[in-house]
Amino acid sequence: MTSPGPETDSPRIVDEETGIDTTGHVWDGIRELNNPLPRWWLWTFYATIVWAIGYCIAYPAWPLINGATAGVLGYSTRQEIARDIAAAAESNAALETALASADLPTLAQNDALYRYAVASGAAVFRTNCSQCHGSGAAGAKGYPNLLDDDWLWGGAQDDIAGTVRHGIRNEVDPDARWSQMPAFGEVLTRDEIAALVENVRALSGQERDATLAATGATLFADNCAACHGAAGLGDREQGAPNLADAIWLYGGDRDSLTDTISNARFGVMPAWSPRLSNAQINAVATYVHQLGGGETAAPDDAAASQ
Amino acid sequence: MSDTSQPLYAPREPIFPRRVTGPFRRLKWWIMGVTLGVYYLLPWLRWDRGPNLPDQAVLLDLASRRFFFFWIEIWPHEFYFVAGLLIMAGLGLFLFTSALGRVWCGYTCPQTVWTDLFILVERWIEGDRNARLRLWKAGWSLRKVRLRITKWLGWLTIAVATGGAWVFYFTDAPSLARQLVTLDAPNVAYVSIAVLTATTFVFGGLMREQVCIYMCPWPRIQAVMMDEGTLTVGYRDWRGEPRGKHRKGARAAAVTRTATAYAEVDTLPETGQGDCIDCMACVNVCPMGIDIRDGQQMECITCALCIDACDEVMDKIGKPRGLIDYLALVDVPPADRTGWTPKPLWQHVLRPRTILYTVLWSGIGLGLLFALFIRSDIEMTVSPVRNPVFVVQSDGSIRNIYDLRLRNKTGDDRQFQLSLTAADNLRIDLENSDTDTVVVPADSSLLQRIYITARPAEAAATRDRTDLRLWVESIDDGHRASVATSFNGRVSP
Repeated sequence: MTSPGPETDSPRIVDEETGIDTTGHVWDGIRELNNPLPRWWLWTFYATIVWAIGYCIAYPAWPLINGATAGVLGYSTRQEIARDIAAAAESNAALETALASADLPTLAQNDALYRYAVASGAAVFRTNCSQCHGSGAAGAKGYPNLLDDDWLWGGAQDDIAGTVRHGIRNEVDPDARWSQMPAFGEVLTRDEIAALVENVRALSGQERDATLAATGATLFADNCAACHGAAGLGDREQGAPNLADAIWLYGGDRDSLTDTISNARFGVMPAWSPRLSNAQINAVATYVHQLGGGETAAPDDAAASQ
Repeated sequence: MSDTSQPLYAPREPIFPRRVTGPFRRLKWWIMGVTLGVYYLLPWLRWDRGPNLPDQAVLLDLASRRFFFFWIEIWPHEFYFVAGLLIMAGLGLFLFTSALGRVWCGYTCPQTVWTDLFILVERWIEGDRNARLRLWKAGWSLRKVRLRITKWLGWLTIAVATGGAWVFYFTDAPSLARQLVTLDAPNVAYVSIAVLTATTFVFGGLMREQVCIYMCPWPRIQAVMMDEGTLTVGYRDWRGEPRGKHRKGARAAAVTRTATAYAEVDTLPETGQGDCIDCMACVNVCPMGIDIRDGQQMECITCALCIDACDEVMDKIGKPRGLIDYLALVDVPPADRTGWTPKPLWQHVLRPRTILYTVLWSGIGLGLLFALFIRSDIEMTVSPVRNPVFVVQSDGSIRNIYDLRLRNKTGDDRQFQLSLTAADNLRIDLENSDTDTVVVPADSSLLQRIYITARPAEAAATRDRTDLRLWVESIDDGHRASVATSFNGRVSP
């Protein structure tokens, strides 16, 4: 007779205190009582085994080399996710259709559609726009901050939608917003550029050398005012930045300004119209518009941006 | 392993508790009536809260995330009240277990209460212990089938009512009752009723003490909360042993028949015959199927029915009550009883340990009550937008963005006015609004984005951090709330 315990005890030892058999297992003189398990517990255990067999037959279970056994019910988590996504798309279908042809400036009056546009626009932004403009839309050097009140190409809903749809300075979309600043490093001397830098700093009210700035004023009128305007207020038709405000896309310090004037800048944004649906473009435009800097289109502006 | 050893698995041995009368049984009937009455009827109690809120006194509205309890309404962010109640329940368990042992198990545990009810139905239909024993031993006959089916139908009715009452706590009871009858109720209601019906029927009718012994963790946990001063149901073996058949009038004249006369009884001269007459009354009434005379054991839920049964017998044979009684380990007298007197009951219950638990328990309770009464019907939380921390506007002013969550905890729409106090002159603007007010609908919260702006000349525009306080005030009744937050400026390099 063998016992699985560390020591072997004689058969059938009855515990004096309780009158219950011991299992025959002894550890340092301590014997294990053989209190029987309730039988229903055993049946529960058998039931779980039966359940497990049924489960293995019905559902994907055993891992094989090229995947798991399929199960007779044909269940798969991928299909379930696909169904969930399809169901979500179906329940949003009416909103998507309405959004695709919505009039953006008056969208806020339709509360349900507006909230849908902002929420789905936020998702579109995070997926497609945040790589350059940042997850909080605060931009970076060369990538505009979309939270402030300064817009290169216009900050009304339709202006933003137009920029998203066609992009900026890309070769793909013929309707892309397009302008190009010349590189004045090949046109002007170093001293002239230095004077121009002082003048641009004067326009935005920064600390500058007044003598040089006065020289630069003539150079500005000759070379820059055509696009940036006589007072440097910029021109949205050409995407020419306002030089008189506190916001700088590439920096308002002397080094950055010298670099910008000498070599020019050529910021590119892709056209999103083939990649994003009309509804998605309208959604992301609505989202960006409500971030804090959105403008109200003047009636003639709205017509001009079409 | 020997071939004569006991089996590894044993079937349940059926228990047929005998009917018993006495003060503890009466107390248990009362507790059963009150707890079951509260459970079944509470969802039907109405409480007028105005037109915009439900009129059910106790309602766990999971869909709208509101918990209504008479005049109290708990929102999800106030879940700490529920946490506090759970802590109180835990401390209450410590308190009652250290003072009175497994008193929860014996009197108020749903498993005990429903089992008691199921046994009552069983007794009505099949008779008392002896009749039920006979029926169990008898072969299947038409009468046995009829009795069994009647009993099971009675159990099933209780079980369905139990499952049915549960779902009424989660939605308007009268409308759900109508839906249940017309089969228009949500599936989750039917599933919940079905599951609770099954568990009630199986646990109360078929498994009973098996739930306590094998499924419930409390017997193990409570055992470590008890100590030598804890009152629990026990047998005075020094008085009862050696047990044997009763010889009428042997000592009856020598003792008073008061339950509190332990001291006299305990110091009686030994006559060679104990008070226990081995009538098995305590065993026959036990719903757990144990013999309390074997000493304190894991199975005992301290339902005290054996006390009632034994006292009845002691009265009959003219001996003092309390052979089986609430007593503690420290009550066991020493071998020579010189100078030994049993401790009075209050000394068992009032001990430093139980007093400490009571203080903690009531401290948390008072804290919760305090928190409940200082609650405002207007609330605001603020989350500053940190990405980015500030925005430079074209005129050089600095703007911070904040998301405010405004909560209107009344049954009326209210207009809230927003303002701020700070050392600097800061401007507050509401998104999509030209005013500084916003309407928050009844019993709801509203997310409002606000902008706070510092002019370029303002110190806050160039200071890293400026403390400010946002205020929200209800224009109608002047109730207000405030939150401290901060403004981040652009620090010059």
